[in-house]
Amino acid sequence: MSLLIKGGRVLDPANGVDAVEDLLIQDGKIACLGKGLEAPDGTPVIAAAGKVVCPGFIDIHVHLREPGYEYKETVATGTKAAAAGGFTAVACMANTNPVNDNRSVTDYILAKARSEGFVRVYPIGAVTRGLEGKELAELAELAEAGCVAYSDDGHPIMNSALLRRAMEYTLPFGLPIISHAEDAHLVQGGVMNEGVVSTELGLGGRPATAEEVMVARDCCLAELTGAHVHIAHLSTAGAVRLVKEAKARGIRVTAEVTPHHLLLTEEAVRGYDPNTKMNPPLRTKRDQEALLEALADGTIDCIATDHAPHALSEKEGDFDGAAAGIVGLETAASVLLDRLVRPGLLSLKILVERLTAGPARALNLPGGSLAPGVDADVTILDPARELTIDPAGFHSKSRNTPFGGWRVTGMPWMTLIGGRVAMWERVIKGGIHS
Amino acid sequence: MGWMRKDLLTMQELEPAEIGLILDTAASMKEIAGREIKKVPTLRGRTVVNLFYEASTRTRTSFEIAGKWLSADVVNWSAAGSSAAKGETLLDTAKNIEAMSPDVVVVRHGASGAAQLLARALECAVVNAGDGAHEHPTQALLDLLTIRDKKGHLEGLSVAIVGDIAHSRVARSNIHGMKKLGMTVTVAGPPTLIPPFVQELGVKVCHRLEEAIADVDVVMMLRLQQERMTSGLIPSLREYARYWGLTRASLSAARQDVLIMHPGPVNRGIELAPEVADGPYSVILDQVANGVAVRMAVLYLLAGARAQA
Repeated sequence: MSLLIKGGRVLDPANGVDAVEDLLIQDGKIACLGKGLEAPDGTPVIAAAGKVVCPGFIDIHVHLREPGYEYKETVATGTKAAAAGGFTAVACMANTNPVNDNRSVTDYILAKARSEGFVRVYPIGAVTRGLEGKELAELAELAEAGCVAYSDDGHPIMNSALLRRAMEYTLPFGLPIISHAEDAHLVQGGVMNEGVVSTELGLGGRPATAEEVMVARDCCLAELTGAHVHIAHLSTAGAVRLVKEAKARGIRVTAEVTPHHLLLTEEAVRGYDPNTKMNPPLRTKRDQEALLEALADGTIDCIATDHAPHALSEKEGDFDGAAAGIVGLETAASVLLDRLVRPGLLSLKILVERLTAGPARALNLPGGSLAPGVDADVTILDPARELTIDPAGFHSKSRNTPFGGWRVTGMPWMTLIGGRVAMWERVIKGGIHS
Repeated sequence: MGWMRKDLLTMQELEPAEIGLILDTAASMKEIAGREIKKVPTLRGRTVVNLFYEASTRTRTSFEIAGKWLSADVVNWSAAGSSAAKGETLLDTAKNIEAMSPDVVVVRHGASGAAQLLARALECAVVNAGDGAHEHPTQALLDLLTIRDKKGHLEGLSVAIVGDIAHSRVARSNIHGMKKLGMTVTVAGPPTLIPPFVQELGVKVCHRLEEAIADVDVVMMLRLQQERMTSGLIPSLREYARYWGLTRASLSAARQDVLIMHPGPVNRGIELAPEVADGPYSVILDQVANGVAVRMAVLYLLAGARAQA
């Protein structure tokens, strides 16, 4: 697969590149970068003037739901949504049915990805058997099968001794443990952030403290064991402070933030829209500001969507009874470009870093770079395109987004994986399987 | 002024003048209760559906009597043994009921926001008869009517609401209504039963019963749900009753003209000693009587006045 991308603004933060240049792809790899490149005869040329050419986006927190919950999402539909959203790789969480706590499930996910996937898929294995927080899963075999990290996402591990053992046991494999940091007891009965809005709405609260005590514990255990802990969906100012302190003390901790925690607050829950329900919950303006600052200064390593598809029937009723979580793959780039980059709250360079090199570093994944010789995973943005977010047009099986109807400027225009066009102008062209 | 809303969902959204309109309308309805033939033709040919997902005797009966005295056809639909038990969702049930063309749906549901959900989905009027820990506007309205009857006015009065504020829709509706009408509200209870940041709703917080009731015009005691102990919010009923139960002894701290209220049902001997519940300061049965008048007013304004306009 060869391709010449001409005249775009090439933005490759990992390699310090930010210039209008041409990018030549040959045999599925990045060949070279330069001005006025000529392609060999017959090489397709993509005119990218006015576009931004970046390394492929990587989302390290996605629920593909397969096996077991194919009515919400499948490897095929979830990776199609990823390609549509400008992502060239996703890491998928273990809370499937059966749980990805053994190599058969990992093998199944990878086989599905090979045969039906549209982007690269990196499975995340469970830390504990059945996500029950009682016994370790077969962690060595999960690593061998191809898992890139471990997580009981959605089911915080309350037993600190067990988590310590998991960290110690997995040290030789070099895979991080991803922590969904919420104390299960402190959040019991809670469906939104605990604060004045939960008091007014009469909804049970999940206090910021529930996240912070767990982040503190996770950092302490990482210090004790020398393990790498990655904090999923950081959402409070206090948790940001804890991660910052831990990093300063040399503890191996990384962290991610979601677009919804950056862009929405608990105020969005007024009206009881179940599409504003997720764990951890939407927080306050003060938390939002701390998250943005931490994203800019590098305390937060990357943006991850926590793409959590749910069927309409799970999201149309009352708030207490609704499933927690929202989809994010197909909206992330547009809402972040429009609400953070366009008003000047975050530079485009940092946004792209946190969607490319940042996540690659956090989970030691390939990609996130346009250096010559690497696989040509490329995301091209059209920063000027105006659109209205329309959930009915999603490639995902699910529509549970709070961003429906938003008018935004900026969208992913093309997704290339290994030099092949996976998405162009919002149309899916083919997958890694084709 | 006239009534403009399709639904009655919260006290928080009402203007003071709207509250006044409901109270004045209710006051004019009270006379019907004293008649020998308790029936006026106002809502003849109109249908009111009581859609109750939680056990309720007082509120459901109150709405039923209110509708019947106004000559509406009142249908009771309760969750037990119905399609809800077979897995039908709230929204589906409500749409099925709407297909039978009711004029008003009165809903009680354990989930906060359930009434809003229905109001958005249904074209008929929706009355919130209690949604989770959120609001119970007709209870606040009947409380306000009772206080106004007894005190002659509302503005400037002070009220202590005592007990499980955190889980109480009655407290929330009263806080909003009373603040709008220029009353002073103190909430009191053990800190585990006071919701976070409640001060931001404009109330004072107090952690001692005697202090809370010392200098107020009205003491409103809330029902303590028995399950609060198993969730670790209070150590025992015995201890709660000892420190937070209103007894004749603790009442000695209160004013001579204090009103004692309770939304019911009363845990006699826990939050209210029997001699206080039945004592001279208690207006609990006035509240129940006023409940019918307030619900007549609400049904009239939503189904009668609006249709005639």
